[in-house]
Amino acid sequence: MSTATSVQGPRFGALGVYAILYLAFIYIPVLFLPLFSFNDSIYIAFPLQGFTFEWYEKMAASSGLIAALKNSVQVGSAVAIGATILGTFAAKAVTRYKMPGRGPVITFIMLPLVIPGIILGIALLIIANMAGLGLSLYTIGLGHLLVSTPFAMLIMVSRLEGFDKNLEEASQDLGESAWSTFWRVTFPLALPGIIASLLLSFTISFDEFILAFFLAGTDTTLPVFIWSQMRFPARLPSVLALGACILVTSFVVVSFAEWFRRRGVSLKTSSGI
Amino acid sequence: MADHVATAPGAVVVAPRGPLAWYRQALMRSEGLRGYTLLSPTLLLMILVLALPIGLLVTYSFWTQTYLDFDRSFTFANYLKFFDRPIYPYLLGKSMMMSGSVTLATVLLAYPMAYFIAFRVTKHKLIWLILITVPFWTSYLLRVFAWKIILGYNGVINSGLIELGLITEPLQFLLYNPFSVVLTLAHAWAAFAILPIYVSLEKIDRSLLEAATDLGDTPVMRFLRVTLPLSMPGLIAASLLVFIPTVGDYVTPKLVGGTTGIMIGNVIQSMFGKAANWPLGAALSIITMIAITLVIGLFLWGTKSFRKRVA
Repeated sequence: MSTATSVQGPRFGALGVYAILYLAFIYIPVLFLPLFSFNDSIYIAFPLQGFTFEWYEKMAASSGLIAALKNSVQVGSAVAIGATILGTFAAKAVTRYKMPGRGPVITFIMLPLVIPGIILGIALLIIANMAGLGLSLYTIGLGHLLVSTPFAMLIMVSRLEGFDKNLEEASQDLGESAWSTFWRVTFPLALPGIIASLLLSFTISFDEFILAFFLAGTDTTLPVFIWSQMRFPARLPSVLALGACILVTSFVVVSFAEWFRRRGVSLKTSSGI
Repeated sequence: MADHVATAPGAVVVAPRGPLAWYRQALMRSEGLRGYTLLSPTLLLMILVLALPIGLLVTYSFWTQTYLDFDRSFTFANYLKFFDRPIYPYLLGKSMMMSGSVTLATVLLAYPMAYFIAFRVTKHKLIWLILITVPFWTSYLLRVFAWKIILGYNGVINSGLIELGLITEPLQFLLYNPFSVVLTLAHAWAAFAILPIYVSLEKIDRSLLEAATDLGDTPVMRFLRVTLPLSMPGLIAASLLVFIPTVGDYVTPKLVGGTTGIMIGNVIQSMFGKAANWPLGAALSIITMIAITLVIGLFLWGTKSFRKRVA
């Protein structure tokens, strides 16, 4: 990159200032959630009234919230495992084999990324209704699997493209079976991708609202629960407390996932897709 | 793993017995078949929970709602209703305009940021990328909700300005209008636009930029003639990634849009909720998808001719 900087001019300057302002634009609105979650007032307004943990206590005491949290963790875990397995298989197929119709097939699998969530939601609602499936955590899980699998596949494709195919071939030439090649060569090399895919699929499912809203039965996930609480002004501070907790958790999980995914893969190859 | 058959050393080729044996032989011979075997679980999922439901959605749009059931005779009634009631085309058009504004704002704001990371940041690019992407992964509902508490009548801005003595009455124009929807969406989707633009900028061969400089281009000319055209794929991808999902959004309009900020997504959602007219809702969503596809087609055609002109 040393040649690049010579034609690029100053390292910081106006663009650097812009970058800082942009980060502020992204982060400041979101940071109001934790700020007011500690505010000792039912009204979400300035001036701040003093520090309290009351909203966090109220949040922890809500049985509906705990149930929704448990549901979200269950659905998220199942979706993470399912999407990662499907994404890994699919990624291996499209990166390692010459297949007729490869392009259209990839486009088909990526379709959920370019169809508005509301349309996926109602389409799934219609088929669940027609098949006589009652709405439950399973229908939410299926919806989330649909939107997480393309992401899992993208992550795994960039990971599998990032390492040398010859390593696998060498292992087989040296007499390893395909099974042990997978476990001793492919799997360890793909592991950062697999972990990133698990974490990101979990996060997608955990935060997803639009599909879950249509597909939820009596058991709801956390975002659907939050939505139901938003109608009651008295419960808003507890929603803020919950939001702050989700924010911190998502932040930690996603930072970890991104760090894992990008570590070791050069930025150019990892961003190839 | 399906490919172990194909590469197992010392596999003896015997005459196929039964379909399973035939399949194993075919696997050994055809790389494509091995690929599709690995792909089959994903394809099956996509057929069952994507292709089939969308197909059914299309079918529903030609039915009509009777009291609690559906009249399954084929009819264009729902589509005719769309053109019959001016409110539907109006809302669809408005949603397109609002999403278009969101897309324009998001992409314009994102471009300098992506440019900065691609060309100015030399160390710790990873940290910048993580900083940008993390807010995107945190709950969408909460990001929208944050704007409701910022822009609200008794919200952060109003109470802050009153506290500072700059105003005496809360400003009413902040929340519940199309602008608050556009602002909220532009914030919520910001990170989504940066990554594709960044990727396309990062891919640009730096020697092309040097060549342009050596041949006497000023930095502005170099940007317009080299950097911008080469980053078009990223700009296009970013635009689509923001435009498509925001057209159908119903959460943001509902939370911060008020009565003047509602979008087509709210109508579709109500057809599957309170209004309980699934076939009409299905028709509206099909029309929305077709409209999105048309706009994207126009957009791609437009950018193509732009690129041709530059080249």
